[in-house]
Amino acid sequence: MQQLNGSQILCESLLREGVDTIFGMPGGAVIPLYNVLLDYPFKHVLCRHEQGAAHMADGYARATGKVGVCIGTSGPGATNMVTGIATAMMDSVPMVVITGQVPTYMIGKDAFQETDTTGITMPITKHNYLVMDVKDLARVVREAFHIARTGRPGPVLIDLPKDVTTNETTFEYPSKLSLPGFKPKTQGHIRQIRQAARLIDEARKPLVMAGHGIILSEAYDELREFAEKIQIPVITTLLGISAFPETHPLYLGWPGMHGMYYCNMAISHADLIVAVGMRMDDRVTGRLNAFAPHAQIVHIDIDPAELGKNVRTAVPIVGDAKHVLKLLTQEVRDNRHDGWWEQLNQWRVEHPSLALPDRPEKMSSPWIVRQLYHATKGNAVLVTDVGQAQMWAAQHYFFSKPNTHITSGGLGPMGYALPASIGVQYGRPNDEVWCVTGDGGFQMTLEELAVIREENLPIKIALFNNSYLGMVRQWQQLFFNERYSAVKMWNPNYVKLGEAYEIPTVRCTQLDEVAPALEWARQIDGPAMIEFMVDPYENVFPMVPPGASLQETIEGVEDVAPQTAKIAAAAGGSSGGV
Amino acid sequence: MKHTLVALVENQPGVLMRVANLFARRGFNIESFTVGHTETTKLSRMTVVVDGAQTQVEQVIKQLYKLIDVLKVSDVTEDRTIDRELALIKVTASNSASRAEVVQFVNIFRGKIVDVAPDSLIVEVTGTEEKVDSLLDVLRPFGIKEMVRTGTVAMTRGGSVSARLAEDRLEAAG
Repeated sequence: MQQLNGSQILCESLLREGVDTIFGMPGGAVIPLYNVLLDYPFKHVLCRHEQGAAHMADGYARATGKVGVCIGTSGPGATNMVTGIATAMMDSVPMVVITGQVPTYMIGKDAFQETDTTGITMPITKHNYLVMDVKDLARVVREAFHIARTGRPGPVLIDLPKDVTTNETTFEYPSKLSLPGFKPKTQGHIRQIRQAARLIDEARKPLVMAGHGIILSEAYDELREFAEKIQIPVITTLLGISAFPETHPLYLGWPGMHGMYYCNMAISHADLIVAVGMRMDDRVTGRLNAFAPHAQIVHIDIDPAELGKNVRTAVPIVGDAKHVLKLLTQEVRDNRHDGWWEQLNQWRVEHPSLALPDRPEKMSSPWIVRQLYHATKGNAVLVTDVGQAQMWAAQHYFFSKPNTHITSGGLGPMGYALPASIGVQYGRPNDEVWCVTGDGGFQMTLEELAVIREENLPIKIALFNNSYLGMVRQWQQLFFNERYSAVKMWNPNYVKLGEAYEIPTVRCTQLDEVAPALEWARQIDGPAMIEFMVDPYENVFPMVPPGASLQETIEGVEDVAPQTAKIAAAAGGSSGGV
Repeated sequence: MKHTLVALVENQPGVLMRVANLFARRGFNIESFTVGHTETTKLSRMTVVVDGAQTQVEQVIKQLYKLIDVLKVSDVTEDRTIDRELALIKVTASNSASRAEVVQFVNIFRGKIVDVAPDSLIVEVTGTEEKVDSLLDVLRPFGIKEMVRTGTVAMTRGGSVSARLAEDRLEAAG
């Protein structure tokens, strides 16, 4: 049988797993691997910083549902990817991360560019491997892809010592897996599903809270059929946005810290919540002991550890969202909830969280997002960063096509959007991809502009420049007596920066310039950037103050003082939480 | 309350760190942690004693199951179990009177003298944590120069965790 070296075995294995695109950067420990990569048909995208490679693989995976692959060298290559790996772990994104390592005989000697990569990444990967013998490599790659994509997806890291990539052995890709400790359950228990169906039939004020799990299991049709059969209002979490068409009459919005007022009220008054493919994150629940005080909770998730972790559950169902929702739809009776809808609509009329003036006084970020929505007719894919711009994009763009809102919900790393948008564009080459970011986050990973230029990716960048770390500034204004600490930022001239990267860039300072600028960018056959000079003191509302319950959602600056005083009093003087 | 967890794990490099890390990350203080071979090659068995509320312990068990190398976790706190730990205790005994007295106490606890030096004895004792604590209480007045305890290992009476694991595997296969 043919002898192959470790690098060839890795590439052969990646081919068999259907990998076509790899994001990475070479370095000492992976030079033999990069030497062999030349002989294989992969598209390799050269990042400018390994954090970028990890976010690119993450964006690619989210956009396609396939396993994203990235490569970095040992030591700093691996540590630079840590942020990207943790992002994927928190948001259940399937990835295989390949890191170089010093040769096996140098491990533990504090060699040049040596770090304990499997040790560092143990808590932020679904599983990881240090391959000490080339004979194990094919099996490890097979297992890594299986683990990354099966059950609740997540990142798996393979640490490859340099000599393992050059040692030879016979190559045979294993057809069978032996992972006795990894058998995720995907089929929901029918008795539990029937029990849930009875609760749903009896509920008078039911609500669906749909999360990222709908997108991961592509349960779009199943969710819609379930909701339509019983006319139940649908809320999506931040990561669930675009799991359900936002233009659908049963769609209510999204909840939590910057969610819609009426969604938070709906949760607070519901008598039953069907939570599916979501993990009851604190940004969603607000203060836990006041979350959904009147509701029984049916919680469906593929990860048993999420059931009952944060919130008491009446009926826990372990299983894949697609499978469980299908059965659940069969088990529930046709239903209507007209009285409940009347109440919800009343809240919507009285507290229209997403209402915007036709023409604001200043350069208003939410208004600009809305113009983007009109310009693209809701058909673009938005890849958003972290902070105010992220929240405004999620609020004021209405996503009607599945999986068109891509953001980091769990870890929240600033600098996510630009590299992730590169991965998204590779995964969906025919889609219009917009990177929505602020000046703070943009500066963290803007080196990847070089990749956009080099590959002539038609990514459009909407840069909201308020010269502040806006979300922190907002907190300091509302909860720290306007003591602005380390939030004001000097910025470079972004038009010149765009020019330096040979990316057409315009600056937009007037409301009248917004729509033409968006059209200009959309007409360009290649990348373009618009810098919006926005009102620096605009805040994201509604907001659930830190430590508050969803019932205590505030809608403007004027609500802050009385509400926070009440919360502080209730909490015995301490505001609690972050 | 104290919980005794028994885990069967694949004998892979790093598995001890994975399990120990998980307890630390989920906010558990480990009271004792023992690990050793089992009747099956490639499998190790861990006995972990932790303090925590029932719901917390259930959560940590679910998290343990998410580790690829973990095959089976049982909370045996409420089961009928045999719990044992071993201790080696170096006791000061510089004159014949104290020496005789120490030997007497050790006999009562069915311990053994495993080493004799001019001014000290090494006592070996096996039993439940409480029994070892009790012997320590009576030996302390003589002066304890050095002591090491293994931490508890536990096994349920009748049946077996391994047998249950085998049953689960059959069930999964069928």
